[in-house]
Amino acid sequence: MNAKRADKLATGILYAVAALVVIILVALLGYILVQGVPEISWHFLTSPALAFEAGGGIGIQLFNSFYLLILALVISLPISLGAGIYLNEYASKNTITGLIRTTIEILSSLPSVVVGLFGYLFFVVQFKLGFSILSGAFALTVFNLPILTRSIEEALANIPDSQREAGYALGLSRWETVTKIVVPAALPSIITGVVLSAGRIFGEAAALIYTAGQSAPALDFSNWNPFDISSPLSPLRPAETLAVHIWKINSEGIMPDAKAVSAGASAVLIIAVLLFNFLARWLGKRLYKHLTAE
Amino acid sequence: MDKIRASLLKKSVASKIERRGKIISLSCLALIILVVFLIFYFVASRGLATFFQNHINLWSFLSGIQWNPGTLGTNGQPAVGALPMIVGSFLITICSALLATPFAIGTAVFMTEISPRRGARILRPVTELLVGIPSVVYGFIGLQVVVPFVRNTFGGSGYGILSGTFVLFVMILPTVTSMSADALNAVPRYYREASLALGATRWQTIYKVVLRAAIPGMLTAVVFGMARAFGEALAVQMVIGNATLLPHNLVSPASTLTSILTMGIGNTVMGSLQNNALWSLAMILLLMSLFFNLVIRYIGRKGKLNNER
Repeated sequence: MNAKRADKLATGILYAVAALVVIILVALLGYILVQGVPEISWHFLTSPALAFEAGGGIGIQLFNSFYLLILALVISLPISLGAGIYLNEYASKNTITGLIRTTIEILSSLPSVVVGLFGYLFFVVQFKLGFSILSGAFALTVFNLPILTRSIEEALANIPDSQREAGYALGLSRWETVTKIVVPAALPSIITGVVLSAGRIFGEAAALIYTAGQSAPALDFSNWNPFDISSPLSPLRPAETLAVHIWKINSEGIMPDAKAVSAGASAVLIIAVLLFNFLARWLGKRLYKHLTAE
Repeated sequence: MDKIRASLLKKSVASKIERRGKIISLSCLALIILVVFLIFYFVASRGLATFFQNHINLWSFLSGIQWNPGTLGTNGQPAVGALPMIVGSFLITICSALLATPFAIGTAVFMTEISPRRGARILRPVTELLVGIPSVVYGFIGLQVVVPFVRNTFGGSGYGILSGTFVLFVMILPTVTSMSADALNAVPRYYREASLALGATRWQTIYKVVLRAAIPGMLTAVVFGMARAFGEALAVQMVIGNATLLPHNLVSPASTLTSILTMGIGNTVMGSLQNNALWSLAMILLLMSLFFNLVIRYIGRKGKLNNER
């Protein structure tokens, strides 16, 4: 076979492989949306789940997912911001910094089920928080910290040194330069990173099964006292999230319309992840324009 | 005079702020490092208890094929043989990586070399989106589509290594593809130009120059995908059947380390042998993830050396 024919053949095969992959991926997305979107209704999104009969919704699970997401972000953002600042602005390039980076990389590569088990051992058992929103939020924080730290560090590293020099030239200390110049300049990419990580947290289930629990007790949405156990805001109540719900009804199989409910819930999850993705891009661009007056 | 002396010797407000800022950010970093050590300490302290408190032989744990902690096996020892799960995990990881690698690399080559415009406009956004799809959704689709497909095509119950392989294949495909594409994009443009200038066709350039220059990056992508497949819990647990038997073929129900962990931890009592044995499985998982990490670092270092030469 001469080189020209081989080239044609290989190109054809590559086209076929790429087309096949696109078909698989699009079919995947299409399947979820086609199966799930018809299930979504206002009733489905707001009513509580029914364990033994058809017609239940995902209202409480949806609320739990968002509540956990917000708590996890509130805890992990300041920590990873601090860590990112130290790594990029203060840490000198030596072996210890290298070791620290490796440790963070190891944390980010841990299977999420291991993070969940650690959360169970440490927060649920050791700190006696029980299966609760708080345990779940801490487990998600552990899961989120390395990713967020890395994206914040990258965002800071992309700010040119001339910005920092300008700060020093004005007589600002290093910390003031970081907080008043570098972080605001990096804000668009930091926010993009945060929203992208939010998408990952939203769909996480393995880390939550043994921390936030697998039950969603009825909530009284008129009671906003965070210290009352039936209040939606109570941080010590068990809270099954949307992703955990999908897993649970599929592996237990006592709900008669489990398939319909999980199809709808999967579609809601996918749409939420898609929204987070678009939001991340849009917010980043918008903020950048706003801050740089371009 | 003393006033001036005092004001000169006293730290300025700015330097106090500076000091405080540095301490705050350093303690954030220290907290993350502490968490990593806590994870290792806690999982290891539970996982090692099987061997030190319950006096299970490490070798019989790793090579035994009976898993039913709480009862005695045929040899009179507690039946904690983890081999079925270890084999299941490795089999499913290797199979899905073998299946995903050609597709991922083919797509990545298409994205970067054949049709960069379509790659940038269609393939890249789609793969990036799919990286973010929650694993339970993959599990659900596996249950609805893959399991019936396997049952009708290959017989058996449909639950087993093969279904798990298919689900993981689709799951790691986007990750491996986009990382391979990054590796191919990192190959300098003048490599391609030099090859084309020598009269090579596009395929010769891809096969003999670009792919070879990108080998370390693509290996990293594949190992990364394997690490993800090895640690994936719920999607696999939903389709593999969860029978703690040594898999005899690809369509009989089997189990992985992660699937047994997700099922079992909640049903056992803390401190019992059943529970400790599960933590030992978690420890194996932890060590494997560490191992994958080391491999990725090793490949990265090797690749850098090759490029510098």
